[in-house]
Amino acid sequence: MRQDDLYINKIDWITILIYIALVTMGWFNIYAAVYDEQAAKSIFDFSINSGKQLVWIGTAILLITVIMVADYRLFDNLSMILFGFFLFILLLTPFFGKEINGQRAWFEIGVFRLQPAEFAKFATALALAKFMESPTFDLSKTKFQMRALGIIALPVALIMLQPDTGTAMVYSAFGIMLFREGMPQRYYVFALSFVAISLLSLGIEENLYLAAGVGVVIAALILIGKKTWQRITALTTIGLIVIAYSYSLDYVVSKLPDHQQNRIMVLFNPDLDPLGVGWNVTQSKIAIGSGGFMGKGYLEGTQTKFDFVPEQHTDFIFCTLGEEFGWVGSAVMIGLFVALLIRLVFLAERQKTRFSRIYGYCVMSILLFHFTINIAMTIGLFPVVGIPLPFFSYGGSSLWSFTILLFIFIKLDSHRIQLLGRH
Amino acid sequence: MNNPRPAILVAVIVLIAGVLLTKLFLIQVADDSFLKRAERNAIQRVVDHPYRGLVYDRNDKLLVYNNPVFDLMIIPKEFTVKDTAKFCQLFKIEKEELIDKYQAARKYSWVKPSPLMKAISNAEFARIQDFLIDYPGLFVMTRSVRAYPQASAANALGYIGEISGNQLKADSTRYYRQGDYVGLAGLERYYEDDLRGKKGVKYKMVNVRGIDKGSFKGGEYDTLSLAGKNIQSTIDLELQLYGEKLMAGKRGSVVAIEPKTGEILSMISAPSYDPNILAGSRFGKNYGVLTMDETKPLFNRPIMAMYPPGSIFKVVQSLIGLQEGVLQTNTVFSCNQALVKCHPHPNPTNLFGAIKYSCNPYYHQAYRKMINREVSSNTFKDTQIGLDQWRESVMKFGLGQTLGIDMNNEKGGSIPSSALYNRIYGEGRWKYSTIYSLSIGQGEMLVTPLQMANLAAIFANKGWYYPPHLVKTIDGERANIPEKFRTKVEVGIDAHHFDMVHDAMNEALMGTANRAIIKDIAIAGKTGTAQNPAGADHSVFVAFAPKEDPQIAIAVYVENSGFGGRAAASTASLMIEKYLRGHITRPALEDYVLAGKFLY
Repeated sequence: MRQDDLYINKIDWITILIYIALVTMGWFNIYAAVYDEQAAKSIFDFSINSGKQLVWIGTAILLITVIMVADYRLFDNLSMILFGFFLFILLLTPFFGKEINGQRAWFEIGVFRLQPAEFAKFATALALAKFMESPTFDLSKTKFQMRALGIIALPVALIMLQPDTGTAMVYSAFGIMLFREGMPQRYYVFALSFVAISLLSLGIEENLYLAAGVGVVIAALILIGKKTWQRITALTTIGLIVIAYSYSLDYVVSKLPDHQQNRIMVLFNPDLDPLGVGWNVTQSKIAIGSGGFMGKGYLEGTQTKFDFVPEQHTDFIFCTLGEEFGWVGSAVMIGLFVALLIRLVFLAERQKTRFSRIYGYCVMSILLFHFTINIAMTIGLFPVVGIPLPFFSYGGSSLWSFTILLFIFIKLDSHRIQLLGRH
Repeated sequence: MNNPRPAILVAVIVLIAGVLLTKLFLIQVADDSFLKRAERNAIQRVVDHPYRGLVYDRNDKLLVYNNPVFDLMIIPKEFTVKDTAKFCQLFKIEKEELIDKYQAARKYSWVKPSPLMKAISNAEFARIQDFLIDYPGLFVMTRSVRAYPQASAANALGYIGEISGNQLKADSTRYYRQGDYVGLAGLERYYEDDLRGKKGVKYKMVNVRGIDKGSFKGGEYDTLSLAGKNIQSTIDLELQLYGEKLMAGKRGSVVAIEPKTGEILSMISAPSYDPNILAGSRFGKNYGVLTMDETKPLFNRPIMAMYPPGSIFKVVQSLIGLQEGVLQTNTVFSCNQALVKCHPHPNPTNLFGAIKYSCNPYYHQAYRKMINREVSSNTFKDTQIGLDQWRESVMKFGLGQTLGIDMNNEKGGSIPSSALYNRIYGEGRWKYSTIYSLSIGQGEMLVTPLQMANLAAIFANKGWYYPPHLVKTIDGERANIPEKFRTKVEVGIDAHHFDMVHDAMNEALMGTANRAIIKDIAIAGKTGTAQNPAGADHSVFVAFAPKEDPQIAIAVYVENSGFGGRAAASTASLMIEKYLRGHITRPALEDYVLAGKFLY
């Protein structure tokens, strides 16, 4: 009995309260997104999405209960088996999944649809934690870097077969966890420069300007630093590679499938085709932008409920919040996410085992990635990528997978003392 | 625990939140264009066009009403057509036109309706109604166009048409929108503000497919439309129709005024047109045809055509002379044909005889006395002073300036001033012998038929008039018509000077205009002949009747029909009889006028 007391007391209620707040806000927004004044239905009506979401929330509570009463050692012990199981499921998905919008990403069981790639996230996180928990695992060494990346690459490769680029991208979030665990800094500097140069190259119409800019920067670096032959050669080579890259990128983009190409170009010029490809972003920005400071009021929005914003209850759910609660409401929601993410960093850091800490960072990384990309795409800061807003977006797969992901960590955290004892 | 990386990650989280909140602030708070675009998206402004006011004649007979027509509207987002050729055949539209209209509609809005075919007739609507169901994105909207039951008084009533770009720009009240109809001529234009009413606006919410989602904020911002005010015109429809019948096949004007009020009983411009052809969708085609017509049916002659007043002006000369004391009723001048040509009549004659026989040399001599008063020893200077003084007196009769009738485009005519002759001949280089033609209403002098009818009213009233106008009441109230039409204007001639003039004008008919005489109705009239250097002279006649209690004053111009005693006097006489008696007792005269064709 003493152990049980200890366990309840160790549960991090702050995280759970934030979770409840986010899920509740999400549920009310899903209702607002589909609300029709002329045929008003109750928020509990199971024929509309808010009623269905209530079912998902109810089942999520069941999942939480199962996770919380299960033996905490289970996750550690089962991690590799779970990972293997989901890799197998992902392997089957492209062949047996139901085809929706040209993707085979969903399994249909009766009236339910499940997206295996969503659940593979927590399995991959568990596998990574298990794999990296050994004290000899050293990310400054290339061998271990390759192993970690290999674990991540496996599900990514399988998801690309569906193909579901958006969900596959989410796996790059593990890079954040790897950063904490000691992945060398230079990779991140390189990756960020790569992204910056790519964006500049796509954003600036005339590559000549970019080339000139790169030339000026390189020349300045050569002039202010030591003028050794090696340094000058290295900098010049980097400059030439950057310029060559920016020219070749336009070529590569032109070879991408049309819908991906358009999603990228619309980011730089949403007015390119406001009725076509730009429609999503333009309408999403109109909906959010029209909210003003205080918003139009709950259920008073017009853009989302009148279907101007597509996918308004799933990937674009933030539009409803932005329109009806304005900047203040958006700030409250972003504040909640920031609080959750920082809380997760804090919890992860207080873990006594490497396994729990790595898993905690995986949870934080995935949530941060989803949150950032989802909000950024609705306000035109990032190309449209079909990934949901955690806890907010309508849908069982996404709510379940984020709930499982988060609550396994809450469970691990509540047993952090015992976990120490095991080792 | 001196790994700095957790802290870096927390900083990154905060930074990301900061970037997102900043961008959100920029689009939500700092930029209100998204709000406007959201309104354009979801809130449809539906204009409720009011009924335009009706126009009645003075006896409450309908002159202008509204006839419902149908516009075929298109919503590009919903519109699909499989067989374009069949569609074009069914709807009787050219393929190119369909494509143009579709593109224009798409450009205007993807989800809001635009017109595809405007003003479809009743019959056409009935025909296409059955096909409409096969074509999503098409629907019919009801509108109304002006209609004229009697096809009469086209130039007086005017027409409405789609507002032009320039008018839109000039509209400082921003009341009008592209595609609105607006009065473009005649009463429709002058009384636009009264007739148009007030547009109502309903704000409707629509979803992305343009489907009605109820009124915005429960109709809080909606306004009701206000129907236009009805106008009662001063026109006597029966008299107007009769005048138009008489003027058929001729070129000219008839203006009849009720002297006591200045109300215009008839205003006929010949040749004219059927106003119905300018209503609705036919405007575009027919307006072009009318402007190209060599007989100029759109030219509103009563207020726009200008002629020298001719002999009728001698009456004005007589009155000014009497008022100034230059002439007395017994002033005698000889009919000296060395001065100016005349026709045989008793000689010499006093003022009464001069009016009665229209003696040219009499006025040559009388006018010299009026102009050269020996105010200056310099004869040139003396003439100049005299002319300007005389001009002032003439202009009090409403000549040489617009009378301010309730129509646009009224011409004022001209009465020459010394400045004009100075410009032509140089100062001090002209004198009475230069300008004597003015004495008999010829020379550098132009008047409109409306001014001549008003002159007849002034004679009838013995020295005053109300500016002639076409509207009796607005919204049933006389108080709503412009103030100026209810303000009496004095011409500066004492009433007693008119007595002799009335008698002379009455007697003048015997001899110069026998045809005008009506049994039991005393008419005072004066013939005139406006010289026409381009062809046969214009026949002119002004009159009022009955002489003792004038009910009607009239001016008739029949172009190229020669001496005023014939065509013009006959027409005027028939009009007077029609108005006063209600029927014609002289069918032979009527036939004579109807048979006259002076339109070349």
